Amino acid sequence: MTDKERMEVIDETTDMVSSLSVIAQHLSEIGEGLFATCGIVSGDLEVRVTPADLIAALTTLRDDRQAAFTQLIDLTAVDYPERQERFDVVYLLLSMTNNMRLRLVVSVGEGQTVPSVTGTFMSANWAEREVWDMFGIFFAGHADLRRLLTDYGFEGHPLRKDFPLTGHVEVRYDDTERRVVNEPVHLTQEFRDFDFLSPWEGMQHEIDAASQKSNADKASE
Amino acid sequence: MGMIDPANAPPIPPGADQDAILRAVGDEITNRGFVIAKADKLFNWARSGSLWPMTFGLACCAVEMMHSAASRYDMDRYGMLFRPSPRQSDVMIVAGTLTNKMAPALRRVYDQMPEPRWVLSMGSCANGGGYYHYSYAVVRGCDRIVPVDVYVPGCPPTAEALIYGLLQLQKKIRRTATIART
Repeated sequence: MTDKERMEVIDETTDMVSSLSVIAQHLSEIGEGLFATCGIVSGDLEVRVTPADLIAALTTLRDDRQAAFTQLIDLTAVDYPERQERFDVVYLLLSMTNNMRLRLVVSVGEGQTVPSVTGTFMSANWAEREVWDMFGIFFAGHADLRRLLTDYGFEGHPLRKDFPLTGHVEVRYDDTERRVVNEPVHLTQEFRDFDFLSPWEGMQHEIDAASQKSNADKASE
Repeated sequence: MGMIDPANAPPIPPGADQDAILRAVGDEITNRGFVIAKADKLFNWARSGSLWPMTFGLACCAVEMMHSAASRYDMDRYGMLFRPSPRQSDVMIVAGTLTNKMAPALRRVYDQMPEPRWVLSMGSCANGGGYYHYSYAVVRGCDRIVPVDVYVPGCPPTAEALIYGLLQLQKKIRRTATIART
């Protein structure tokens, strides 16, 4: 690659970064008083809001002509149990006209409700049902907030950090009742975590021996 | 030719000996109009020679089941053709992970199969929970829900392995099935 080509490549990347920061600048203008924070975090555009401002913020991001984040790609949550407000509800937005993605984060605590954004983005419907099912975050104003993935009559929210991997009362049998029943879970072998440092851990002495040998060869030449 | 005990003798390869036996049986039919065989053996021959699977393709193993029915490892040449309805099938192939939510449906489909019926558990998820053994939402083996006759290990079992399992099931049928009502 010639110097000229290399410079052009560098220019492309700075162009990309600069367009991100241009949008970030624009967002901080339109989000005055609406966004708690707005900036580039880990190479992505990130906006943080409070639950009260959530719908207004999403509507602004969707309807603004320059930002134009018209697609809600995903809606998930993250559980940080050591925090006071343990859940981070994350909205991933896509702007097709700008070819840009944005992450909007709302922090909520355990019993708090989050306003439902199905009025703004229809794709949030089942995503909010999934977050309710997996984390127990209630979305106020959702037309039909019921479980999506877990079994009918399942108790608990599986993706919370305090929910065990194997569950609580989740072993099923068919027996003289002539139906499938729930029973307390009983594992014959507990879950083993093989936490090795690296696959080459056991090979270190071989690597040392090989390097010593090559050093000896070089010395003897 | 000498007496051949059909239960213990090895199969006779195609050739003069086989032709002689077949001609003898054919002659009996043309001369007398009937052949004598044991009823048990006849029924088991019919049952194992025309095993119609009810596919319970739940996950990735279903694709290997499709492979085994496709042109390379044709299942149709063994007389096995897939029936969509449990009412018309002999064997249920549980192919894939059985989740807690699916368990009552599996049991209901099994109950709808008429006797004689068999179950073949395909893949490690159906055998014992498999890759998802420690999950909160998985039944650790479909034998907690239905009685299983043949287990085919693998993740997924190759199409050849599934055919081998079905042939083992055929041998089991010939060996153990009776016409007495269970």
